Amino acid sequence: MPKNSEDTSTSEYPSLGKIMSRIGSPAELEELRKGLQAERDPAKPRITLCGGSACLATGSKEVAAGMEAELEAQGLSAQVDLRKTGCRGFCERGPVVVTHPDESCYLQVEPGDAPEIVAQSVNGHTAIDRLLYTDPGTEERIQRESDIPFYKHQVRRVFGSNGSIDPKSIEDYLALGGYSALEKALFRMTSDEVVEEVKKSKLRGRGGGGFPTGRKWEESRNAPGEAKYVIVNADEGDPGAYMDRSLLEGNPHLILEGLAIGAYAVGAREGYIYVRQEYPLAVENVILAIKKAEEYGFLGTDILGSGFDFTVTVHQGAGAFVCGESSALMTALEGRVGEPRPKYIHTAVKGVWDQPSVLNNVETWANVPLIINEGAEWFGEFGTEGSKGTKIFSLVGKITNTGLVEVPMGMTLEDIIFKIGGGIPGGKKFKAVQTGGPSGGCIPEALLGLEVGFDELTEAGSMMGSGGMIVMDEDTCMVDVARYFLAFLADESCGKCAPCREGTGQMLKILTDITEGRGREGHLELLEELSEVAREASLCALGKSAPNPFLSTLRYFRDEYEVHILEKRCPARSCKELIAYHIDPALCRGCMQCMKQCPADAIDGGRNRIHVVDQEACTKCGTCFEVCPARYDAVRKTSGEPIPPPVSEEQRIIVRKSKET
Amino acid sequence: MDNDSIDQIIDTHRAEPSALIQILLDIQAERRWLPREALERVSERLEVPMTRIMHIATFYKAFSLVPKGRHEIHICVGTACHVRGAERVLDSVEDLTGIQPGETDLDLKFSLETVNCLGCCALGPVMEIDGKPHGKMAPAKIADVLETYA
Repeated sequence: MPKNSEDTSTSEYPSLGKIMSRIGSPAELEELRKGLQAERDPAKPRITLCGGSACLATGSKEVAAGMEAELEAQGLSAQVDLRKTGCRGFCERGPVVVTHPDESCYLQVEPGDAPEIVAQSVNGHTAIDRLLYTDPGTEERIQRESDIPFYKHQVRRVFGSNGSIDPKSIEDYLALGGYSALEKALFRMTSDEVVEEVKKSKLRGRGGGGFPTGRKWEESRNAPGEAKYVIVNADEGDPGAYMDRSLLEGNPHLILEGLAIGAYAVGAREGYIYVRQEYPLAVENVILAIKKAEEYGFLGTDILGSGFDFTVTVHQGAGAFVCGESSALMTALEGRVGEPRPKYIHTAVKGVWDQPSVLNNVETWANVPLIINEGAEWFGEFGTEGSKGTKIFSLVGKITNTGLVEVPMGMTLEDIIFKIGGGIPGGKKFKAVQTGGPSGGCIPEALLGLEVGFDELTEAGSMMGSGGMIVMDEDTCMVDVARYFLAFLADESCGKCAPCREGTGQMLKILTDITEGRGREGHLELLEELSEVAREASLCALGKSAPNPFLSTLRYFRDEYEVHILEKRCPARSCKELIAYHIDPALCRGCMQCMKQCPADAIDGGRNRIHVVDQEACTKCGTCFEVCPARYDAVRKTSGEPIPPPVSEEQRIIVRKSKET
Repeated sequence: MDNDSIDQIIDTHRAEPSALIQILLDIQAERRWLPREALERVSERLEVPMTRIMHIATFYKAFSLVPKGRHEIHICVGTACHVRGAERVLDSVEDLTGIQPGETDLDLKFSLETVNCLGCCALGPVMEIDGKPHGKMAPAKIADVLETYA
């Protein structure tokens, strides 16, 4: 077994015992892998349970405890494997459990379901009907994960192994062929060939910019420098995007393997993982993964006996959106305030401590081992002219199936949102999809046929960004969305350059005025002017792209801006200052639901009395609108219309028909 | 305020100035805020001026220069939660606790912060208290949740 290992799984995998120290050659790696695979009986019942952050939030830990207790109680701990995996993507229906070998997929599992699932996994054959996915159209139960529409239309190349690996177990990763790409690169390819292969694959950065990865590597490789660095950018800051988190939490060795290959290709000896401290599970799993990889000899000195040395350090980000920007991130790595600098010279040439530094996003690094193993042509099987491979999107917002989806580049927005995402819940109408995070834009219904790709999204006035995809329905106000993003950016602007610091602040002020009914003619032109200055004169991408949320919503939803400004009305009935709630006296039956639940005590009423909203006291939280029973449907939300005068006290008394007779 | 535990944190990072942010994060994790004496100790040991430490401590969101309440409320205002009504949730929490984001109440019971994505968008809008997520929040549900914290 590896030196210093406290691994408890040694007894489970006797082949580990044969390795007395670090793996010293490709042959030893192969022997270990064969041993690990041989010890795994594919027919042995296995219960995999999603332990990603989203499923943990819905109670995955309790389910795991329930399963463990049940296996123990039934004396089956030895016969059934219980594996806690990373995120499987279908967060809407978490916690997700899949049993093997029959591949039954159980959704929204609760601890109380454990006995049944354990029994089923041993006996097999009959799936537990009530926990299966029900097709909303046909009402049919779907047993296998891969047949569920959410998964069926995806191509899960990068994200796929998340569901079958325990992120804390390097053995799981090795059994699935892990670190074979590193071995191939070190022993069967020159570093030039590695760079060439990545260039040939046309892999582009998954973090936002979409810069060709191979070209970045080549630039660093050719740059003069005493030391070179490779860095994982896991400072995922886009609100509503969590794919990097899930990859790092669920399959940390994949990222490490990609990073080590990159280091070999550019000639780096040191690497960093810059990860947000807000992602504690990702930090924990990646630190453990580094330790394990060092013990086995995939990191450290003389990796696999190749003579190549490479170490990795984890640096936790302390919470600043701008640190996702390459030069700011590198400044933060040096232990200083993460402010960007002008990039006349790329960070690939002069980065951390002024040395050539390759910074790639988590998902980009995760693609590298696949490209080295399977080749550039395989990688390019999917994609559009300018965007190859697959991309993970975080499909969230007003969508039926919230979750992480991996699709081939070039799939249409419509297919992603409706085929995979299941469309808009609650019978509402689709309005727009926001992509690219705060620097991106909103794409309207007319462009749903758009194929996703770096250039395609940019042309539509948005961008790929890191892959956030926030779906909006008819109740979402596009002016408010623009205001929301500007508020985010104004808050996150580091303040170093005036166009961004002052520009975002001014834009936010005007947009706030518009959403609060103080919009004036000329405001839109002023916003456009401010946008141009921010775009032209800001120091980094944060400021340069800060006008995008405004410009793209103006481009497709100009009428909404005009209605806000000219009529002081919010068509989506979302902007708080422009809406009002009142109760229709003809429909109110005096059930007191709204009165009891109003957090502001703004509703006057009582048994058999028609309720009235006190407009002065109302905080417009919308609780009354939501709790009014559907059979009465008496609460009205209006914008730009006068509120009908209250009915007289006598008229407020409700006389029930049953009492009249 | 004992210097021993601060020294221990500094020592694990070998008192390297480049590890300044990591050291401050560790202190923040242990004390839940950055007391001035601790910062002065860091300044002395790392030979880094206080101005630089304060620059960092005020720049990054993770740091607090005032003590935190017993319970930390995080309201997710990520885009997914925003379109599902996070603002209404925030308004209600502000009303009920009497504090704004970034503040702690006088009893040191609650501290309120907004965060940008908790990674469980399916549960949005989400309010997290002491790390426990409360999903699908609505203004009417908040008082009941807050009452469970003493």
